[in-house]
Amino acid sequence: MGGPEVERLIALLAKLPGMGPRSARRAALRMLAEPETRMLPLAAALSEAARTVSACSTCGNLDTRNPCMVCADNARDRSLVCVVETVSDLWALERTHTHHGLYHVLGATLSALGGVTPADIDLSLLLRRLDGTVREIILALPATVDGAATTHWLTEKLAASGIAVTRLAHGVPIGGSLDILDDGTLATALKARRPVE
Amino acid sequence: MEWDEPGIILSLRPYGEADAIANVLTPEHGAHRGLARGALSRRGAATWQPGNAIQVRWVGRLADQLGTYGAELVHPAAALAMENRLALAQLAAACAVADGALPEREAHPAVFEGLLRLVAGIPAGALGPAALIRWEALLLAELGYGLDLSRCAVSGETQGLAWVSPRTGRAVSDAAAGIWKEKLLRLPPLLLPDSGEEGTRADWRDGLRLTGHFLARDAFGIHHRPLPQPRLALYDLIEKLAGENDGG
Repeated sequence: MGGPEVERLIALLAKLPGMGPRSARRAALRMLAEPETRMLPLAAALSEAARTVSACSTCGNLDTRNPCMVCADNARDRSLVCVVETVSDLWALERTHTHHGLYHVLGATLSALGGVTPADIDLSLLLRRLDGTVREIILALPATVDGAATTHWLTEKLAASGIAVTRLAHGVPIGGSLDILDDGTLATALKARRPVE
Repeated sequence: MEWDEPGIILSLRPYGEADAIANVLTPEHGAHRGLARGALSRRGAATWQPGNAIQVRWVGRLADQLGTYGAELVHPAAALAMENRLALAQLAAACAVADGALPEREAHPAVFEGLLRLVAGIPAGALGPAALIRWEALLLAELGYGLDLSRCAVSGETQGLAWVSPRTGRAVSDAAAGIWKEKLLRLPPLLLPDSGEEGTRADWRDGLRLTGHFLARDAFGIHHRPLPQPRLALYDLIEKLAGENDGG
């Protein structure tokens, strides 16, 4: 159907997250129907991004500049470093416009099944950044067993530095009604209650 | 075919973007794998965490198929243990040991009940590492590698048992151990028959070393696999705590 070029396009699209063969076929057909307005600009954008985007040598963020725009921004609070698992988490926190410090992308969490041990997580970059200006490290790792195990492990590793280590709260999501919440989130939220301001 | 049972989630292997192959320990079907649809999705992730107690429903066309799981959360042990490093380490270690040591689809109701008590007690702090160590000894016995801690292998005495032979798994009294003590494993009192002791941190370390030796040699060794990382991490944590105690 459509020749090997189209089949290859569909096969490559189908490997992307959120895509399968059916949705890849739909996307390919849509692009092929309007190559000038959809396909060529996409191809140019892909090529440009592949050529210019790289991992920031300071925090691990993906950006066209190195150091990235976050690390290069002098208006940011350099005494706060937020540790996240992936670049996707960093971008999610940036969308909130509430964290004005810096970031560090860990790249993985400890995982028994995934075979990720403490030896597989390189902390040298993070430890090198603790040069006296950092006064708090926020551990914003997933609220999973692996994420929590990594949080405890990092807390122990960072204890010697004397820097305050905090983690994100677990609790009721905004707009969440209590009766539809899972028991774990509800119990954790209850344990982490605080005085009303 | 279908069945509905209480279960404890032992492990999850991602399958696609939102699904996972879950290994669930149940009383009648043992450690049983199945496809948990949506286990990694926003809605399913809170339920499908290792250590959580669930009511699980398995459906498959034939008994030997992988089948699919549906689950309802009964006790969110994973979420409750996350705050406490020792509780989380115990939960992760127990699940990893059961996941790796138990044969698939072989019923071990005693192991399930023991793990359920652990899972239910860990968040409240009601059961410490002593319960986990006793559960590991029970797991060894269920798998056919039970320790004989009822009497001394040398003298036949039932009192003063303080050591275990790393070769035979039989207890040895302190008096009979003599010059062989260095080659023997310490037997903490919490592992003696009918002991309900919680033990000291040093006892926990000795107990984990003892059960860890036989788990590594017999339960995991026969499959040419090392002890799982969470179990090693728990031992390191307890050893550190015991060291702090000794130092203090």
